[in-house]
Amino acid sequence: MYAQLVKSEGTSREEMSPEEIAFQERIDRNEKIEPKEWMPEGYRKTLIRQIGQHAHSEIVGQLPEGNWITRAPTLERKQILLAKVQDEAGHGLYLYCAAETLGVSRDELLERLHSGDMKYSSIFNYPTLTWADMGAVGWLVDGAAIMNQVPLQRTSYGPYSRAMIRICKEESFHQRQGYAIMMKMANGTPAQKKMAQDALNRLWYPSLMMFGPSDKDSVHSAQSMAWKIKMNTNDELRQKFVDQTVPQAEYLGLTVPDPDLKWNEEKGGYDFTEPDWDEFYQVLKGNGPCNKERLGARVKAWEDGAWYREAMTAHAKKKAARRSAVAAE
Amino acid sequence: MPSLPDIMTPNAAELAKQDGGAGGHAPAPDADQDALVEFLLRMGDNALILGHRNSEWCGHGPQLEEDIAVSNIALDLIGQAAMWLELAGAVEGQGRSADDLAYLRDVWDFRNVKLVERPNGDFGATLMRQFLFDAFHFHQLRGLVASSDARVSEIAAKALKEVSYHLERSAGQVIALGDGTGESRGRMQAALEDQWSYALELFASDGTDRNMAEAGIAPDPAELRGLWDETVGAVMAEATLEIPDSDFAHQGGKQGTHTEHLGYILAEMQFLQRAYPGAEW
Repeated sequence: MYAQLVKSEGTSREEMSPEEIAFQERIDRNEKIEPKEWMPEGYRKTLIRQIGQHAHSEIVGQLPEGNWITRAPTLERKQILLAKVQDEAGHGLYLYCAAETLGVSRDELLERLHSGDMKYSSIFNYPTLTWADMGAVGWLVDGAAIMNQVPLQRTSYGPYSRAMIRICKEESFHQRQGYAIMMKMANGTPAQKKMAQDALNRLWYPSLMMFGPSDKDSVHSAQSMAWKIKMNTNDELRQKFVDQTVPQAEYLGLTVPDPDLKWNEEKGGYDFTEPDWDEFYQVLKGNGPCNKERLGARVKAWEDGAWYREAMTAHAKKKAARRSAVAAE
Repeated sequence: MPSLPDIMTPNAAELAKQDGGAGGHAPAPDADQDALVEFLLRMGDNALILGHRNSEWCGHGPQLEEDIAVSNIALDLIGQAAMWLELAGAVEGQGRSADDLAYLRDVWDFRNVKLVERPNGDFGATLMRQFLFDAFHFHQLRGLVASSDARVSEIAAKALKEVSYHLERSAGQVIALGDGTGESRGRMQAALEDQWSYALELFASDGTDRNMAEAGIAPDPAELRGLWDETVGAVMAEATLEIPDSDFAHQGGKQGTHTEHLGYILAEMQFLQRAYPGAEW
């Protein structure tokens, strides 16, 4: 899940205007809301935050995997990884475009990312230390993202829903390639197997954090769910993720780093240890292992590219002026 | 202390005998195969190393569309490298795969020109290098499509489709940045001057190139200079950039004498294969 703790701004049913009631009824009938149509200001603002955070997560999410492109161990792996990280840039592009339909520019959103005003998913503040992390990120991080994004294909806002449909197709390929790397490593040399287990140990709890805090502490969920921009609760998705992932880990011959993990026949799912929420809030505050590097890399790319963007704009203007001068002759 | 042999006065007669004597030297039976392998390594290594350099931009481009474009070009080039190196390994006949050639050779066995291994610099410098290379690569591949070797012609046809787009993009970008602002023009002029003498290695033909040309396998790079000058000249004129008045070329890359930069690329690229020999990934 790439959007965590998105603050939503809504009004209670009693305070709703007739327009707002009609809007809510459209959502309840599963109608899609399109850009030019009337929507409550709170809906618009909440969506901008959520889609923006999701877009930022895609482009910051390029960095942990980008970290291994130049060290990928074979030409094929290098191509697959490069294609995957490039897809993430593409997802960022779809999502910024979806956000733009709500009246906010991409540059404005990027400024808010760079200033620290807008967040991206906490998971990308963890380092990728070995090649097995390329497997574990695809398997666990993309796996968790899919868990959240598949239901979002049915979200109420049309452009967001359509972006999600495109993104989900590519994400499932990403998850499969991640699992394929894990298979190679888990069935490889003792050193490779050790790398695979180490990657699972480090990324397990940060992956569980991707779904956001427990429902009892998640203050903005109810309104977002009424608007259908959030389709399931955090705990529902986390449970589903654990239930899906544990057998996959067993198949790999790897051990999930949770001594209290056990199947609960009664609820038909696993009991598991919650991630350390203090660590989660520290990461959100900027104190994760890679926060400074990740945001620093984005800001550097943006600032180093300023002259390039200015030049492209200047050239486009000159070209247009020359064209109209020719047309005037 | 035993004295070392005098290196200044080698046994000339002995050396001449080993060399088969000047002029009367009969080519070894597989001399053409060796030259073909050498040529294929040059094709593969140029694509591999330039692809690697471009891939360093992934996630760090000046805007999202360009991040995607530069990664795309890296992907194309690495894909081409895989095809050329696989063929090189097959012709060599010692069972080496494309990965063996990419990941298990040291610097002196790489055959790329120095231009492609130099650090990226700013995004403009990366684009200038790409354009100077694309303009050569495009004309070279057009020649290779007509190769007498069907395997070479087949790879060239695939690569040409991609490289036609690479050239269109890099030419457009060089024009835009040359014509853009005072600052961008200054950066692009500096990049052109910095890279000019490295680009000219592309046209420095040697025995391998002449051997390939005679066999009808590949065009002689020296003969592509005219076409390249035309392409580069037209683009630089539109970009308002001045072509350096120098024909000096930094050479040696094609024969395996590189800049200091290639060693660092390989240290990074080959790390896993070197640290965990024989592992499958």
